[in-house]
Amino acid sequence: MKTNDLILQTVSKVILFLIVLFSLYMFFAGHYHPGGGFVGGLMTSGAIVLMLLAYDIKTVTTILPVDYKKMIAVGLLFAAGTAAGGLLFGVPFLTHAFTYVDLPLLGKTSLHTAVLFDTGVYLVVIGVTMTIIQTIGESE
Amino acid sequence: MEILMAFLIGILFMSATYLMLSKSLLRIIVGTGLLSHGAHLLILTMGGLKRGAAPLLGQHAEAYADPLPQALILTAIVISFGVTAFFLVLAYRAYQELGTDNMDRMRGKEGNE
Amino acid sequence: MNSLIILPILIPLLTGIILIFFSKNIPVQKLISVISSLLMVLSALYLAVAVYQDGIQTMNLSNWEAPFGITLVSDMLSALLVLTTSVIALACLLYSFRSIGKERESFFYYPVFFFLVLGINGAFTTGDIFNLFVFFEVMLMASYVLLVLGGTKIQLRETIKYILVNVISSALFVIAVAYLYSVVGTLNMAHISERISQIGQPGIVTVIAVFFLLVFGIKGAIFPLYFWLPGSYYAPPAPVMAMFGALLTKVGVYSITRTYTLFFYHDTGYTHGLLEILSIFTIIVGVIGAIAYSDVKKIIIYNVIVAVGVILFGVATLTEESLAGSVFYLIHDMIIKAALFLLIGIIVKITGTSSIKKMGGLIHQYPGLAWTFFIAALALAGIPPLSGFAGKVLIVRSGLESGNYWGAGIVLLSSLFVLFSVMKIFINVFWGSPRAYRQQEPVPAKWLLAAPAVLTAFAVLYGLGTEALYPIISLAAETLSNPEIYINAVLKE
Repeated sequence: MKTNDLILQTVSKVILFLIVLFSLYMFFAGHYHPGGGFVGGLMTSGAIVLMLLAYDIKTVTTILPVDYKKMIAVGLLFAAGTAAGGLLFGVPFLTHAFTYVDLPLLGKTSLHTAVLFDTGVYLVVIGVTMTIIQTIGESE
Repeated sequence: MEILMAFLIGILFMSATYLMLSKSLLRIIVGTGLLSHGAHLLILTMGGLKRGAAPLLGQHAEAYADPLPQALILTAIVISFGVTAFFLVLAYRAYQELGTDNMDRMRGKEGNE
Repeated sequence: MNSLIILPILIPLLTGIILIFFSKNIPVQKLISVISSLLMVLSALYLAVAVYQDGIQTMNLSNWEAPFGITLVSDMLSALLVLTTSVIALACLLYSFRSIGKERESFFYYPVFFFLVLGINGAFTTGDIFNLFVFFEVMLMASYVLLVLGGTKIQLRETIKYILVNVISSALFVIAVAYLYSVVGTLNMAHISERISQIGQPGIVTVIAVFFLLVFGIKGAIFPLYFWLPGSYYAPPAPVMAMFGALLTKVGVYSITRTYTLFFYHDTGYTHGLLEILSIFTIIVGVIGAIAYSDVKKIIIYNVIVAVGVILFGVATLTEESLAGSVFYLIHDMIIKAALFLLIGIIVKITGTSSIKKMGGLIHQYPGLAWTFFIAALALAGIPPLSGFAGKVLIVRSGLESGNYWGAGIVLLSSLFVLFSVMKIFINVFWGSPRAYRQQEPVPAKWLLAAPAVLTAFAVLYGLGTEALYPIISLAAETLSNPEIYINAVLKE
């Protein structure tokens, strides 16, 4: 059956960027406010799922040729690496460090190793969600 | 408020038990979802329901909320999200392979063969 | 602060992650996994030595002070169990190389295997009750994948049941932790123990104790809650079965041991009385199953249940001697069960069936296999110079001393029936006239035999070296029977 999803396709082209931008905002807001890698990751994978709904798996894999299983591994490596990095400096596992720097335009910004950890979480969440959806979707 | 939460948790557990006793695999999975929701709300209730500021230095508030139950719930939610997702994929594969989602018909023949 | 304690957890985590990148390159996967499991054994050995020499090792994760953050605690029991786990993991890994098959290997078998080890080692090491739940979930998640990998009908069916049982028990775990938190207001195990001592275990804590018994009883397969085990453990291939039978149930047993010696030791008349009755029933049910079935896998699986009962009987008696016996028996059982599961894996691979009625005469073609199985079987039953004897003697003697003649008698009798059940396998499978079996592919029996043979040799040495090992084991039992040692190590550094 051929369905006419012109409206969905047109709208999702615009909405997609908004969702991804908002998810990135959520990710960085997680530094000191509600948000973070988990929510951001879920939202980004929501955007990809919207793309899957509007088009089909083939189109999406040509646009985003990403192996989501590898993405999980990269994310885990970020998280575990950040956690284990502390051991090299003689502090316990998972200990984080932070500092403040003055950046042009942004002003006083805090740099925190938790961001690296959160990047890992972000990637793992996208990877896991998309792996699950692809596994179910591909067999159809 | 605690009494109300107790009723809510009870209803969740009750529906979860009912759903998990049914034969359809999908209903069973929904049941496990409700069961973990009930358990999460129970953590929150057991930690004490109170209003207060976020437990951070420099808030200077009269009362602080207990962050621990919230951290526990967050962890438990993520875990149950993962398990439920895995369970759904497995159920789908089992449906394809075994041709049924009825637990009665899924039963193996004698022994375990 | 000693970063040694994190290594048996960190190494499998990093290995698992790195192996995902090489999912298509199986030789590299094998190389990396052997190297890192050797590293894991070495670090676990160092950790055990450190614990023996310097006492309990702790690490406060994220540098939060003890009762507030998550603490990893490695006392003698934890260190020994982590060491045993690492050794068994190495053996199962080597066995997997020639038996698990290309399909599973390229579908993330090795990464998931290491995540399973990560969960087990973590559960043995953690000193935080909620973190224990998290490691349980890591372990269970990996076990779901290992169980279903391959995707045959029986595996899909059994995995659904297994997941359902474990999801329910995980929900109960969360509920039990919630109740405990509302009473004591802390999650650090040492701190919980201290708080319960202060309030003197009122009725509500006893209820929570029974709740925890229910939760860990499902994982550890004690009497009324063992129903899921025979079906689920039957489905996967031999190395996975060995990991499950040797390690997964033992995590449940360890958790019962830990909570019932550290938290709930004030009202022993009720809680430990209940545990004692349940453990005796567990032994009886296991023995009945082991005798009744004529299927090699089922017989060994029911022997897992018997062993759980014996160990918990020692825990329920709760004297220093009986706890030493339990620790002895726990480690013995992990090693010997892994060996036996791997051995029957070879038998099933050679004959293509698991019913002992369709086998016979294997001793002519595979004498090494036959004699290894014979020694392992004797060790399982606890024949004197071998392992299993010392633990059982200590458990029975302390049972008799505390006046529980029935329980001690049943533990003794169970050895006889266990011996009968494994000798039944030996006689039917190895004696008699050889038969022709339909073999799809040649079985690399020599390679496969290496891992269980080494494990059996360990079991023999463990039995012969009982005298030398006793100080180490009694150190573990001393920590178990005096919670103050544990509390002081964690809270007052």
